[in-house]
Amino acid sequence: MARGTMTDPPNPAARTTEADVADTQAIRARARQRRVQASMARERVRRVTNAVMLGLTGLATLLALIPLVWIIVDVVLLGAPSITPDFLTQSFKPASLGGGGVLHAIVGSLILVGLASVMSIPIGILAAFYVVRNPNTTLGLAVRFGTDVLAGLPSIVVGLFVYTLLVVGRSYSALAGAVALAILMLPIVLRTTEEMLKLVPDSLREGALGLGAPEWKTAFSVLLPAALTGVLTGLMLAVARVSGETAPLLFTALGSNVLSSALNRPIASLPLTLFVYATQPDPIRHAQAWAIALIIMVIVLALNIGARLIARHRAM
Amino acid sequence: MPIASSSARVAISLHGVTIVQQGKGVLPDMNTSPLARENAQSHAPATAGEAAAAVMPKMQTESLSIYYGNFRAVADVTLPVRDRKITAIIGPSGCGKSTLIRSLNRMNDLIAGAHAGGKVMLDGEDIYASGIDVVDIRRRVGMVFQRPNPFPKSIYDNVAFGVRLYGRIPKAELDDIVETSLRRSALWDEVKDKLKQSAMALSGGQQQRLCIARAIAVEPEVILMDEPCSALDPVATLKIEELMQELKQDYAIVIVTHNMQQAARVSDTTAMMMMRADRAGEMIEFDETQIIFTKPRDKRTEDYVSGRFG
Ligand SMILES: Nc1ncnc2c1ncn2[C@@H]1O[C@H](COP(=O)(O)OP(=O)(O)O)[C@@H](O)[C@H]1O
Ligand SMILES: [Mg+2]
Repeated sequence: MARGTMTDPPNPAARTTEADVADTQAIRARARQRRVQASMARERVRRVTNAVMLGLTGLATLLALIPLVWIIVDVVLLGAPSITPDFLTQSFKPASLGGGGVLHAIVGSLILVGLASVMSIPIGILAAFYVVRNPNTTLGLAVRFGTDVLAGLPSIVVGLFVYTLLVVGRSYSALAGAVALAILMLPIVLRTTEEMLKLVPDSLREGALGLGAPEWKTAFSVLLPAALTGVLTGLMLAVARVSGETAPLLFTALGSNVLSSALNRPIASLPLTLFVYATQPDPIRHAQAWAIALIIMVIVLALNIGARLIARHRAM
Repeated sequence: MPIASSSARVAISLHGVTIVQQGKGVLPDMNTSPLARENAQSHAPATAGEAAAAVMPKMQTESLSIYYGNFRAVADVTLPVRDRKITAIIGPSGCGKSTLIRSLNRMNDLIAGAHAGGKVMLDGEDIYASGIDVVDIRRRVGMVFQRPNPFPKSIYDNVAFGVRLYGRIPKAELDDIVETSLRRSALWDEVKDKLKQSAMALSGGQQQRLCIARAIAVEPEVILMDEPCSALDPVATLKIEELMQELKQDYAIVIVTHNMQQAARVSDTTAMMMMRADRAGEMIEFDETQIIFTKPRDKRTEDYVSGRFG
């Protein structure tokens, strides 16, 4: 365009003939065609790759679902027949008397998990506040490192620790079992509360402090409520996590066949009872073990669904 | 009333005294330098209370410097904040306006490493002196922030929050305080039927007025506003500005704004801040708003308010 202006002196090299124009056009057309073909080829490859990958991921999802569905179906089919009113309202009886029920284990589990929650939740939440406020102090860093390690610790190790601390020289007890569960809950409570508190915008804290609220009041009446749904979700998941714990209870709470609420004596729990029944050579006990499995599964499922519902329903 | 020199200004302010003596001195004489008039009024006050108010600003920073660690963000600012007046702080961004206003109720204490040199007097008492209760200072000097920050609670609980900090108070009394505060912040009519609903559902402008209601519910003496309208649309901005005119009947108000028109519209006195070569913010000029916008002494102020800067 610019080259063809009238004022330019004629430039022999730039002069073109009709044939030249036709040539260049043909070259360009061929180039364009090659480009289109190549892009179509690439497109085909892309589409095939896409389909293969999609198929693989679908297959993987299916494979992951199979054990889950299988377990659920099995547990429901084998467990449901044994779940009768008697099973839920009676305690242990010898097999000769029909085997009784699992009320003692249900009560035991409630006591163990309840006590563990009472111990771990306040500590976890308070420590989370400390860590959020003082992330780079020695104590803050130590607590965070500690919770990370604790979260990764096999539960049997925690059980062993509590065993040497509270059981050796004394006796197996509900308290020891609850302490073991509390230690397992603590990192979950602390970590989720910490993460949820971090999500609360700093402007809320400034707003409260700017009104003359003391730091602790700000924490409990503004920051914690603002993070509440997340914190509750975390608490439910923590409870769900320890509801099925067996290993740390083996040598702390030990298990028991009687209905008891004494904290200084051995106590039954659902997972422990399941373990004991399942390993006995007795069809009645096997059926009861499946029923217990169903109860635990329903509890954990309910807690998980509850956590999801809370998370979805943002309080305000 | 044009002024040629500072001596003329004193003459006019002396004239202002005559008006004061005639009992009409409540109207601010926009052409008078505040310090000059305060001096003048101290000679011939209309009433003892007015004299005290005129002599002693509600708040006053004295050679105040604020540091973030080793970085000095605000240098040597001496700024009077008069009662029942609106004091605007203007200046290009990063010059330390927020830092300065946040120092007036010690909100900077929340930032690790931040510290102050100099004094901030509130009714003649240094709020940075040792033994001062920070919580008490923040109750006396309330703050409204740049972004509305209502608590995720009901409208009612937002306004009641600060009041409840003082302890249990009868429900009827609390209802009364909530209603009065919402009325004074011109929000009552819009929310009276949904006091129990979440404050988060309000519009941005409504949320900001709620934050103002929340601040005045505790009956502070001074209200600090750091760019309170920067996140709002023009209609909401106008509402807040009208509200400020109402509130200044009772409070000393300090507002940071980067909107020149807003400063000119709402404020009585204006502090102009600027960043020095060492990046510390200093106050280069302080005067009646009208002077700052029509006859500033400093060339940089003139450039800035006429939009030739930043
Ligand atoms: N929390 C902080 N820590 C360190 N420096 C800060 C902090 N807040 C502000 N500053 C610095 O202080 C100076 C003034 O900031 P600011 O008061 O926010 O200015 P303005 O409100 O006028 O825009 C800027 O250089 C800014 O980078
Ligand atoms: Mg700012």
